[in-house]
Amino acid sequence: MIFARCLCCKTMTTLRLQLAGISKSYPGVIANSDVCLSVMAGDIHAVLGENGAGKSTLMKIIYGAVKPDAGSVRFNDEAVHIRNPKEARALGIAMVFQHFSLFDTVTVAENVWLGLSQRLSLKEVAHSITSKAAEYGLEIDPGRPVHTLSVGEMQRVEIIRALLTNPQLLILDEPTSVLTPQAVEKLFVVLRKLAREGCSILYISHKLHEIRELCNACTVLRAGHVTGVCNPAQETNASLSKMMIGAEPVQLTHRQQQAGAPLLRVQNLTLARDEQFGIDLDDIALEVRAGEVVGIAGVSGNGQKELLYALSGEDVRAASGSIHIGAVDVARLHPAGRRKLGLHFVPDERLGRGAVPTLSLVHNVLLTRQEAIFQPRLAGGWIRIGQLEAQTTEIIRRFNVKASGVHAPARALSGGNLQKFIIGREIDAAPKLFIVSQPTWGVDVGAAAQIRSEILELRDAGCAVLVVSEELDELFELSDRLYVMARGRLSPSVPIAQASVEKMGEWMSGLWPSPTDSGMLEVHHA
Amino acid sequence: MMESYALLIAATLNAGTVLALASLGLLINEKAGIVNLGAEGMMLCAAIAGFAAVVHSGSDVLGFAAGIGAGALLALVFGALVIWLNTNQYATGLAVSLFGAGFSAFVGVAYVQEKIPPRPSFAIPYLSDIPWLGSALFRHHPLVYLTIVFALALIWFLYRTRAGLVLRCVGENPDSAHALGYPVRRIRLGAVVAGGALCGLAGAYISIVYTPLWVEGMVSGKGWIALALTTFATWRPARVLLGAYLFGGVTMLQFHLQAIGVEVPSQFLAMLPYLATILVLALISRNPQWIRINMPASIGKPFYPGGS
Amino acid sequence: MLKLEVRPEPSAWWSYASPLLALWVTVLIGVALFSALGKDPVSGLQVFFWEPIRSAYALGELAVKATPLLLIALGLAVCFRANVWNIGAEGQYVLGAIAASGVALLADSGTSRWIVLPILLAGVLGGMFWAGITAWLRERFNANEILVSLMLVYVAVLVLSYLVSGPWKDPQGYNFPQTKTFDLVTRIPRLLDGSRVSIGIFLAMLGVLGIWIFLFRTQAGFAQRVGGLAPAAARYAGYSSRRALWLALLISGGMAGLAGALEVAGPIGQLTPYVPVGYGFAAIIVAYVGRLHPVGLVLSSILMSMFYIGGELAQSRLGLPKSLTGVFQGLLLFTLLACDTLVNYRFKWQHRA
Repeated sequence: MIFARCLCCKTMTTLRLQLAGISKSYPGVIANSDVCLSVMAGDIHAVLGENGAGKSTLMKIIYGAVKPDAGSVRFNDEAVHIRNPKEARALGIAMVFQHFSLFDTVTVAENVWLGLSQRLSLKEVAHSITSKAAEYGLEIDPGRPVHTLSVGEMQRVEIIRALLTNPQLLILDEPTSVLTPQAVEKLFVVLRKLAREGCSILYISHKLHEIRELCNACTVLRAGHVTGVCNPAQETNASLSKMMIGAEPVQLTHRQQQAGAPLLRVQNLTLARDEQFGIDLDDIALEVRAGEVVGIAGVSGNGQKELLYALSGEDVRAASGSIHIGAVDVARLHPAGRRKLGLHFVPDERLGRGAVPTLSLVHNVLLTRQEAIFQPRLAGGWIRIGQLEAQTTEIIRRFNVKASGVHAPARALSGGNLQKFIIGREIDAAPKLFIVSQPTWGVDVGAAAQIRSEILELRDAGCAVLVVSEELDELFELSDRLYVMARGRLSPSVPIAQASVEKMGEWMSGLWPSPTDSGMLEVHHA
Repeated sequence: MMESYALLIAATLNAGTVLALASLGLLINEKAGIVNLGAEGMMLCAAIAGFAAVVHSGSDVLGFAAGIGAGALLALVFGALVIWLNTNQYATGLAVSLFGAGFSAFVGVAYVQEKIPPRPSFAIPYLSDIPWLGSALFRHHPLVYLTIVFALALIWFLYRTRAGLVLRCVGENPDSAHALGYPVRRIRLGAVVAGGALCGLAGAYISIVYTPLWVEGMVSGKGWIALALTTFATWRPARVLLGAYLFGGVTMLQFHLQAIGVEVPSQFLAMLPYLATILVLALISRNPQWIRINMPASIGKPFYPGGS
Repeated sequence: MLKLEVRPEPSAWWSYASPLLALWVTVLIGVALFSALGKDPVSGLQVFFWEPIRSAYALGELAVKATPLLLIALGLAVCFRANVWNIGAEGQYVLGAIAASGVALLADSGTSRWIVLPILLAGVLGGMFWAGITAWLRERFNANEILVSLMLVYVAVLVLSYLVSGPWKDPQGYNFPQTKTFDLVTRIPRLLDGSRVSIGIFLAMLGVLGIWIFLFRTQAGFAQRVGGLAPAAARYAGYSSRRALWLALLISGGMAGLAGALEVAGPIGQLTPYVPVGYGFAAIIVAYVGRLHPVGLVLSSILMSMFYIGGELAQSRLGLPKSLTGVFQGLLLFTLLACDTLVNYRFKWQHRA
């Protein structure tokens, strides 16, 4: 057990939160094992770990949503038993979740009202929202229905709701995955102000550079254990990475390659939204050539989902001529037809869309692979189970998928293994055009590295690859060219050598130069 | 002639009350995110329970209480299965309907020939003497008026109180409500039992006031029509009331048409309420966006407090 | 206190054991019910579980009841697996009976025996037509198929009532609402003399094989299943939800209609207002208890027939109302749904923290 060293004058700072010996396990997995954590007042304390390290469970224990199997919690130097979120809030612990607890059809004020335990009236709450927002420089209108807000604005509502409880400890779970780089800076300003006022902040993340920039203390988790406690400002990415995954980050070899003929051409794609809270696509133009990786950056919720539906064929309302695979107009073609042309797609939702949770891996292969079907014209075709099993075995072997067998149900696989299986299933089909959305979201570092190298191998073999991802770092690693998606529109493409995090961040707010400004492009570059 | 129209309106209000009560109860259910397909079964059991209670005790009030109890009890079983054991809502609701049909038929065998004391006539003094309007509007059983009052109270509850807001949010996103610390399962159970009680009241009304007797299957689909009504009314109490009276009118229309000598076989006239339901469902559901805007988003989906 | 905990993988053992446990609990409740009604529980159990299988004749009667239940349930299995909730199988059954009767009424003593084929075909088409209305309304107007198919049940029963009281009424029938008894040539061939079992049982077995092959060995059946298990995955794979809807409803409508035709041209021999006995609803329970799997359906349809016959015997021998059948059927579904929780969850003692 490692105790944190107090980083400033011992007599002045209180030990805000102290966890000792926390353990929690679920059937089949140990989430936390003998975890100790010490947070001082005014600390911005990072909890670093890759996906599956146990960070979320630990936070849920602190917040009262989950009861630990063993261990003790001390708050402001008193032993406490936090039985539910209400008690946590009463103590002064507030949490901003990664997945928001907001109700779309009611207003901001009503949402905040629901999250506060006090007996305040709606009007009083609306008033407090405005004043608190002004205090921290956050813009929000209490009367707007939540479904009209962008994801970043929704997070602001969550933060204000937390701040209105005057917390002594604020927990933030992966807050920057939904923010543009500029919005991240604004968030950091708010957090630093909070810390100066004495509130402690627990910052959960796996993003090394953010933690090094913002936090003054860090506890590193790996597979449920604490593997290190440090001051991230004094560490390097490499040393943090070593504590987080036990090794230095893998470097991918990105060979220079000459791209071939365009395989995917999208022109003037304008599509009205299909769902009530969706995004309209506006005059999208993009091109992917053989032997290159094209990335689309942008925070989710800007039309990526709608664009991918149109590209994969799950949405066939696009105007004829707006989408071409090779020379064929596929705008109105259904998914099976596009697969025959060599398009293979991996969606970001794995269980439920990329794979059927209760069906076996063998049957899940059948979703997108027709090789084992005999006589498709007759009742849809006879399934040759033997051939299907052989196919599945090959996929599992080649892509290193850990499963109890080909007949294991898809939901029995871990997130990383399921993703390897789905990506493997599509790559095994030798696609000419490969589209993938959020390839390594929620996947452990080892599997993520394998997936990224598979993508680069595909590219080297001459496939045209399109990657849609929220993680800019990943796109910088993989892509030859980059687009940015914002509010249903697509930016012009930029070669990776000329792209930077700041520029992409600006573009994510829709601030890219329009074609008529191309003369100005050189000036902006400076 | 005018008098017969007044009587038609009166009959419409009477018939509509049954549908309105049941449908308002189902609305409360669905606002919390739960679909209870057992409405027909609950109403049948309540009808026999209420009828039997009146036969044995002579008291209408006891009859209504028995009906409410029967509905609430069945709803409690339904709720326990669906909310705590996370059984499929549609299948469990069907089980309630099938069981309710069988059970009410079974218990009701002894009561088929029974009669209850003649129904008192209800007339509001002075108002009921108004020509035409009096017989149309002011000679009803108190429950008819109470139903309207209740609908108004429900509107106030759902849209003007914090409890109503919580209920609506539980129905929209139970995971968020749970994360905020609300006892989602208990709230849903409360909604389900309240809904069952109302369906029970409607069922008792059928056998005690509407047609004071017991016949196997006497609810004849009103429970299902009430379910359709909540969708038709896009989950708004005022529209439910309107729709209930509309359907009540269609049901009464068949008798009226027969009375004025329309030359159509009685069976086709009897089909009117069911065909009307289909027609309305088709028209209302045509625009899926409209349904989705108004429908509580979590309807039919199971809720796992610890995350699934 | 006792808490429910998710199993990491669904328990295969409980998948098979759950219906048995549910049956056992239903039996227990039944015993309690019999005692409460003042009847001897042992004779109650005997009437429900022993009498129906005691003799060859009894087994024949069991087959007669099980055939329509199995046929309808096979169709419902295809529907429910695709998440299409066809609750109106009873109405499709009635329409099948009506259509079959229409053809049967055309026959006289000079007609060939082969008229049985058009009779059965008419039944299938009648059921398909009625189910097709539901499918069309769902596809075109997005109307909820539960309510539409259910409303159509009431309509179908009224159509039947109209026909047997009006245009099709037997002029020599003493004004009873029923058609004339169909000519003998129209009767579905019996399998054995002395038993009422018809070739319907063969058709049902063919149905079991056919549906099994369809669901588990063809891609169309696979598409059907995925549509019910994970609609987003079905869309991703490119399976047409429209095709799944129509297939499900046409197959189940056809099978329900066939069951109706077999009943009306078989044991009953004429069209009466008593044709709808609730097979369409009981088949829903059969489908669930049989786990929507063709083999399971065979077993559960036999079980459900035992409930039917037991109810009839309980009436004649023990003086209990026939509607006892309905009570037990409903109870069985309830207990099955409750016991099914054990497939995905297990109980655990949790000490208060």
